[in-house]
Amino acid sequence: MSDNERFPATRYGPAERHMAESLVEIERQALVQDEEECECRDGMFNGLTRRGLLMGGVALGGSAIAGGRAQADAPPGAIEYDVQPDPTKEQGRLILDDGGYGSRSQFESEVRWRYPTASLDSSWSMTPLASGQGIMTPSGLHFERHHAGIPTIDPRSHELILHGMVDQPLRFTMDDLKRLPAVSKIHFIECSGNGLTEWAKPTLKTVQGTHGLTSTSEWTGVRLSTLLEIAGVQDGAAWILAEGADAAVMTRSVPIDKAMDDAIVAYAQNGEALRPEQGYPLRLLLPGYEGNTHIKWLRRLDVSDKPFMTREETSKYTDLMPDGSARQFSLEMDAKSVITFPSGAMKLPRAGFYEVTGIAWSGRGKIAKVEVSADGGATWQEATLDGPVLSKCHTRFRLPWTWTGEEAVLQSRAVDETGYVQPTLEQLVEVRGLKSVYHLNAIQSWHIAPGGEVTNVHA
Amino acid sequence: MFTRNLTFICAIGALAGPALAQDSPRTAAALPETLEETGERAPAEVPKSSAEDVGDIAPANNAYGVGSPASEEAIAAIDIDVMPDGRGLPDGSGTYGEGEELYEAICAACHGADLMGISQLGAPQLIGGRGTLATDAPVKTVESYWPYASTLFDYTHRAMPMTEPGSLTADEVYAISAYVLGRAGIIGTEPGTLLDAASMADIKMPNADGFVSDPRPDTGQ
Repeated sequence: MSDNERFPATRYGPAERHMAESLVEIERQALVQDEEECECRDGMFNGLTRRGLLMGGVALGGSAIAGGRAQADAPPGAIEYDVQPDPTKEQGRLILDDGGYGSRSQFESEVRWRYPTASLDSSWSMTPLASGQGIMTPSGLHFERHHAGIPTIDPRSHELILHGMVDQPLRFTMDDLKRLPAVSKIHFIECSGNGLTEWAKPTLKTVQGTHGLTSTSEWTGVRLSTLLEIAGVQDGAAWILAEGADAAVMTRSVPIDKAMDDAIVAYAQNGEALRPEQGYPLRLLLPGYEGNTHIKWLRRLDVSDKPFMTREETSKYTDLMPDGSARQFSLEMDAKSVITFPSGAMKLPRAGFYEVTGIAWSGRGKIAKVEVSADGGATWQEATLDGPVLSKCHTRFRLPWTWTGEEAVLQSRAVDETGYVQPTLEQLVEVRGLKSVYHLNAIQSWHIAPGGEVTNVHA
Repeated sequence: MFTRNLTFICAIGALAGPALAQDSPRTAAALPETLEETGERAPAEVPKSSAEDVGDIAPANNAYGVGSPASEEAIAAIDIDVMPDGRGLPDGSGTYGEGEELYEAICAACHGADLMGISQLGAPQLIGGRGTLATDAPVKTVESYWPYASTLFDYTHRAMPMTEPGSLTADEVYAISAYVLGRAGIIGTEPGTLLDAASMADIKMPNADGFVSDPRPDTGQ
């Protein structure tokens, strides 16, 4: 088929047709390259695909078209291009110059931050909440917690085995799972260790450090109840062990009521396959439950009458109380909120108007109300909530605020639909002491100095 | 690892020519195919059910004709969990004496010859700390904190050692468990002290009664 037929003049102007023809040619060349070249080449260019390089080269060769690549020191997820002196006076760079999978602006540089643990394999990275907008977390900025690194799993050989107290033990390929009725739900995941550095004194400086172990995505997959109904759960079943296929072979016991209620066996996140660090190709999603239970790289579900008492629900993820007893299976995340702007380590340039904004969430349902205080909790004003307000999901709140230039302490306080009011740190410590690590959901305080410096304080 | 594998495949492909390269399984996805005439990208293939016999399709009765029966062999190959009552413990046994040798060879590099952990490596202290949980300086170890011996077996078997996770045999895990529990003063330290499925399930850990179920919400009223 000639390009005239493909892009008839009746519908395409000369410039459009030229560009379209160029793209067809580039694609043709790329496809020839695909066949001729060894398939390993894609893995050799860090962040740049062969296709992208090829097309960048073509763009450079065509002097009338902008989009040449400058030196490769763009932030992660971006490609650095020459900035045009006047983008209205020359064509922009070609479509698909990114290889067909987009990249962000070279002028945006937010990244996850790794908490400096002793081991790179067992570590966590935190979402840059300060620059977040709305309620969704970009997939590439969703916080991570790994206990034994990120496995690379071929989805064609990955299976989920469901067994134990079921009438028919089953195995599902990824294809099988994608054949079954699916749901898409927007939910937060919060590591119960979020804020663990902040019990005794203000420690980390930014909201990424103090609160960055929570993120929200749209998750798509099969309801776990669907799989359990296919298999037929036997009388007496009360718990399910979920197990991952990473080197930790991570395991947690999940109450069967939760499994039947709203648990999802998820293969997609924010409209595409899960990111590897989020459990590709398959993870468990337990809306509102502490993050560790959302087993990534899910390979096995074992239905039983009792909890399995794995390391992560005995030695870890339990909360030591002042009397020496330890709380176990603290699964639902209590309501919590934090102001993300202004927040720690920022500097307000001058007195004047600012929109105070942040996120609130609850593992027990919807956020009903968020109040904001600018005087350390003496007086409160109700913030507006951006709708729709979803259950077990980040909720964006906003409040207009005029900073007088005097000392201030900004706080937010969430109330969820069960009536639970986010506590102060003092209230939490009074009940739990200072020996527990997990489940810190206290009101966060940001101190504004007369010079505009914002710092993390306990107030 | 990924790049190294790819490089390896690439090298084989270059030596043996395109025929072998095509036979090598891809370890990354190819771009979607291009449709004739329009040049559009082909959509992903419709997923296939693994079911050999789809039976009667009746979604209202959870019969979708999707998925396959899991054979006992397929389950046994990955069913490694162990429960507090001993369910899941494999056949085999190991002694304190064997465990001491294994510990020194395999575990001590991270957890220390004295079992006190090496915090710079992120390897926790395994013994000691008994009686400290109610103090202001609690020390949480297998000895002082872990409520069930089964968890020690399960975790060591599935995830240790860090350099070669999942590599220990059942006998080795029994032996290492015997050594750790012996050093913790929970079982005997005679070289012949033996652990197997029956004796492991009988162990009562010092902090077995130390856990309470979640009483939250405990604030916020």
